[in-house]
Amino acid sequence: MYSEKVINCFMNPQNVGEIPDADGVGTVGNPRCGDIMKIYLKIKDNIIEDAKFKTFGCGAAVATSTMLTQMIKGKTIDEAMKITNQDVAKALDGLPPIKMHCSLLAEEGLKAALWDYAQKNQLTIEGLEPPESSEDEEHAHSEAAE
Amino acid sequence: MIYFDHAATTPVRPEVLEAMLPYFTEKFGNPSSVYKLAQANKKAIDDARATVAKILGAQPNEIYFTSGGTEADNWALKGMAEALRKQGNHLITTKIEHHAVLHTCEDLEKHGFEVTYLDVDENGLVTPEQVEKAIKKETILISIMYANNEIGTIMPIAEIGKIARKHGVIFHTDAVQAVGQLRIDVNRDQIDLLSLSGHKFYGPKGVGALYVRRGLPLPSLLHGGGQERRRRAGTENVPGIVGMAKALELAYQDLEAKTAKIQALRDYMIEGIYQRIPHCRLNGHRTLRLPNNVNFSFAFVEGESLLLLLDMEGIAASSGSACTSGSLDPSHVLLAIGLPHELAHGSLRLTLGEDNTREEVDLLLEKLPLFVQRMREMSPLYEDYLKQNSSAELQK
Repeated sequence: MYSEKVINCFMNPQNVGEIPDADGVGTVGNPRCGDIMKIYLKIKDNIIEDAKFKTFGCGAAVATSTMLTQMIKGKTIDEAMKITNQDVAKALDGLPPIKMHCSLLAEEGLKAALWDYAQKNQLTIEGLEPPESSEDEEHAHSEAAE
Repeated sequence: MIYFDHAATTPVRPEVLEAMLPYFTEKFGNPSSVYKLAQANKKAIDDARATVAKILGAQPNEIYFTSGGTEADNWALKGMAEALRKQGNHLITTKIEHHAVLHTCEDLEKHGFEVTYLDVDENGLVTPEQVEKAIKKETILISIMYANNEIGTIMPIAEIGKIARKHGVIFHTDAVQAVGQLRIDVNRDQIDLLSLSGHKFYGPKGVGALYVRRGLPLPSLLHGGGQERRRRAGTENVPGIVGMAKALELAYQDLEAKTAKIQALRDYMIEGIYQRIPHCRLNGHRTLRLPNNVNFSFAFVEGESLLLLLDMEGIAASSGSACTSGSLDPSHVLLAIGLPHELAHGSLRLTLGEDNTREEVDLLLEKLPLFVQRMREMSPLYEDYLKQNSSAELQK
């Protein structure tokens, strides 16, 4: 059901861990749905210098976390803002339809971390909206899954 | 490969395959035809029917062959509901039935029936008292599984049968997981309808049976030809029926010795997991349990990721996590026994078979703790747990 790339990213996850002095941290998902993603960003001069994650979830959730953190490292905030869940899924050679919400989680996780960074530094990032509360049970899942 | 998913399906035994093969080729006749070639097949089906009946303590004319457990469940529920509609519209079942029963009940609700879904306790048991309390004058059918497919809990079927009989309510049991593992007697347990499925006990897929107590007014679900004494139309799956009967016969040869071996392996696995992995719980009843079932929840990890890691080592298992169910909700069984969602997502089911060895279990016990730890180190829930714990330590 998974592409080789997904399995690879799951078996050899990259960027797992915490950044103790992260500039932005975002947590999305909730345990009810079986996945939680926490993204840590280190940002300097508008560039994402480092990204790490911790994820509770299925193989696709771990794979999208790996892929997302790899994709955003070294990117400017504006460039990272342009990355969509479709881009993450495509970079993994696709995800089964039921797992597309995992890629959405990655996009949301990134945006939540950027939001945290913007709040801490009193910045406005164009196109960035406050993340939905991770306690909110009705997060993007339901539509993504159908 | 190490196969620990025998509750999902089992391989066809060589002896079973051998018994089946002639019915694909030289013995291909349609049992409804008059010539010798066909009549021999009719006899093969009759013999198979007698074998199945004997093992269940039933009469041959109380056994009807179906396409599997799902058809048997659908037939029993929809058929009896239709037949008894004038007497009442109420059915009683449990929250942990297989979807073949649950979704059929939901369908009946759409057609004007009322269904009581009994709660189960933390071990997955319903009590006979609960069943009795739920019976009302409109109750026409009780359907309660013999043993649960996910957590292995064995229900108090004989007591429930007694209560059903006392109140004059028809009693159906989905015994798909129990047949082949437990000694079943439809008269001892006062069962009126019983579903079974061939591929759960080393028989072929696509064949099952429904036991229907003599005299029950069960109408047909499938209409057409006059097969199965006009109750179940469709040319008989002769190889499947022959194979299932052979498999059943083999399953009940030395059953106690086989059960003792599998159960010892099960208990060894359960103890081993408890000893090696912290923050886990066994799901299902500790002793009123199918001899081959192990089901654990591991806190802070998600089940599907464990399945993938195990698969990489050639170990096949299953999980009640949402990711394996094709929906976003974790197993209804695990939620019904009171597990919080995150523990239900973190479940792993390992179901043993006759050919599993202690060495295979040892390999699992070596690998599984590493995989659980690996996923925990990646898990933000575990991180939170460790932080809370260390701050609790500091406060002491």
